Amino acid sequence: MPHLLELHDLEVRFALRTGDIIAIDGVDLTLDKGETLGLVGESGAGKSVTGFSIINLISKPGYISKGKIIFNGDEISSYSDEKMREIRGNKISMIFQDPMMTLNPVFTIGFQMIETLQAHRKISKADARNIALEKLKKVHIPSPEQRLEQYPHELSGGMRQRIIIAISLLTDPAIIIADEPTTALDVTIQAEIMDLLQELCESENMALILITHDLGVVSQVTERMAVMYAGKIIECGLTDQIVKHPVHPYTEGLIKSIPGTVITPGCDLVQIPGMMPTLTNIPPGCAFNPRCYLKEAICTTKTPELKDAGNGVWAACHMR
Amino acid sequence: MNTDNIILSIRNVVKHFDISGGFLDQIRFKKGRFRLEETTVKAVNDVSLFIKKGETLSVVGESGCGKSTLARVVMGLYPPNSGEVHYGGKRIDNLNHKQMLPFRKKMQMIFQDPYASLNPRKTVQQTLEEPLRFHHPELSGNEINDKIDQVMEQVGVDQAWIKRYPHEFSGGQRQRISIARGLILDPEFIVADEPVSALDVSIQAQILNLLMKAGRERDLTYLFITHDLSVVRHISTRVAVMYLGTICELAKAEDLFADPRHPYTKALLSAIPVVGEKRAKQIKLKGEVPTPVHLPTGCVFHARCVYANERCLHQIPELLTLDNGTCIACHAVEENRIIS
Ligand SMILES: Nc1ncnc2c1ncn2[C@@H]1O[C@H](COP(=O)(O)OP(=O)(O)OP(=O)(O)O)[C@@H](O)[C@H]1O
Ligand SMILES: Nc1ncnc2c1ncn2[C@@H]1O[C@H](COP(=O)(O)OP(=O)(O)OP(=O)(O)O)[C@@H](O)[C@H]1O
Ligand code: SF4
Ligand SMILES: [Mg+2]
Ligand SMILES: [Mg+2]
Repeated sequence: MPHLLELHDLEVRFALRTGDIIAIDGVDLTLDKGETLGLVGESGAGKSVTGFSIINLISKPGYISKGKIIFNGDEISSYSDEKMREIRGNKISMIFQDPMMTLNPVFTIGFQMIETLQAHRKISKADARNIALEKLKKVHIPSPEQRLEQYPHELSGGMRQRIIIAISLLTDPAIIIADEPTTALDVTIQAEIMDLLQELCESENMALILITHDLGVVSQVTERMAVMYAGKIIECGLTDQIVKHPVHPYTEGLIKSIPGTVITPGCDLVQIPGMMPTLTNIPPGCAFNPRCYLKEAICTTKTPELKDAGNGVWAACHMR
Repeated sequence: MNTDNIILSIRNVVKHFDISGGFLDQIRFKKGRFRLEETTVKAVNDVSLFIKKGETLSVVGESGCGKSTLARVVMGLYPPNSGEVHYGGKRIDNLNHKQMLPFRKKMQMIFQDPYASLNPRKTVQQTLEEPLRFHHPELSGNEINDKIDQVMEQVGVDQAWIKRYPHEFSGGQRQRISIARGLILDPEFIVADEPVSALDVSIQAQILNLLMKAGRERDLTYLFITHDLSVVRHISTRVAVMYLGTICELAKAEDLFADPRHPYTKALLSAIPVVGEKRAKQIKLKGEVPTPVHLPTGCVFHARCVYANERCLHQIPELLTLDNGTCIACHAVEENRIIS
């Protein structure tokens, strides 16, 4: 069966005055109907750029320099801006970390929801309002009729993020891409929003790409995950398997360095020495090699490809 | 209680901020007449705690519950509206600048955002040198350099970087430099306000290890502020859980995580995502966090609490000490209404 979404050898560059930098370097990903996929990695690894590239929202001077993106059998990476608008915010919705990227402070919630719907469908105001109400109920917003009349600033952070989710549901998308949707929220609220997203994926048979640096969240919400490092996917596969038995030494280090995973309180945490290289400074061979405890000569000359590591996990490491 | 080894104690500290703004902002029209209305943020309300020498006391709680405000009151950066702060047996919240100087040496603070806390126009050398020259005018140039070298080595910053400016460093390196600055005067007590929250996990582990190592080697006492409960569990001796400006539970770290007693602590702990564990049923809270401008009556948590009854609506629960030393402010716990 063909996948709902496929990224083939995706490369994204930023054309800077000093030359191009490669932010995404040959990423392959697939997503099936109703599936939840986590995209993790540290700051600058390329998670957001990957997410944005799917809906062609990469900020200038970024552009897709190689590879293709296929959605429902169509190569959407070759779509014109106009044609892309039929997909973006319609069949594929995006939720940003900052709710104010989606919400306009000067309009009521109701106005914005109705407008979004009418931009994608020929629908009467009354019908649009009814759909808006239905979606607000789906995200468990108390007294939804009143919310339609309210302005974004009158709502708490958690409530605003629910509204965003309701907006992203308006057009019954096949995929939601959520970029750090709860990073700005407190844990108790974060847990509720994550529960909500998970519940909606099941009830609406919607696929979710969850971008986050929080491995805890990914391990609780997603079925499959991909770990990014310096613009590449270095490990991907079944989430449960990866968090229990990571294959790539980077993933291993990442999991062990979280307090409470393997180390008893008070003892030194496992730490990965050094830090992720900047994109202009990526070492030859495996980009992780200067920080890696398994490194051999080959790691500094040859770039490892993702290969089947068994148990539904793929990893890019010469030594594993 | 043995009070000898208590290094810091906070007694009934209250800190409110007046955010009414100018005269015109304060005018409100209500019930047919104009009135002046003051708006106060009740950030910290009657908080008491003590910290023993050598321990790490963490303060946790959600955004806006008053953690940073409490930290700043402790450091003498905000005067409390009422209540007292004692350090080494001496009251310090009412000291003038000059009287405070010796304490400024013993007490240091590390902030979340090393960007904001390091002066962008000063090299690492200048950043580290300045407090030394100020507090130790007797030191020679060589002695100062030795001291700087020693601290740089301890925090793992390359000696060669000494002439560089903050923007030339990564977030993790910058945090190392601000830790170096915190350590350079050989303090006894460090307040660390979210020191690793802005860092990636792999770097976070490096910095936490560094703080714990410095703590062991220098016999430091920490007041550690964070909202990250896994970090808290890892580094703390005791933990104070704050909600809307008050302490609702204060317990030994292992007791708190093994057996949280306050309804809020229970909910908070059940919400942490743990890597590799499917979430156990999360305890859902009703409603939203009220603002510290309009504090609820009675127990500040009552509107979100499933155990709240009449008494909780009207009477503020006191922080009571249980047999195992855990302190809890909850009527339901006191009345034994919480099963399991
Ligand atoms: N507009 C831009 N111009 C130049 N470089 C950019 C631009 N946007 C992103 N990049 C670079 O692309 C790389 C990947 O960035 P991206 O935002 O995808 O990281 P991320 O994994 O989402 O990180 P974070 O966790 O910090 O959000 C980074 O090194 C970043 O510097
Ligand atoms: N200088 C100030 N003036 C006015 N209000 C303030 C000031 N500092 C803090 N507050 C308010 O006091 C309350 C407590 O703030 P505080 O910064 O102590 O919270 P916190 O627990 O540190 O939160 P966070 O986790 O977001 O850092 C908040 O409502 C905040 O808006
Ligand atoms: S005092 Fe009452 S409202 Fe407050 S936490 Fe306890 S039971 Fe809940
Ligand atoms: Mg991002
Ligand atoms: Mg704070």
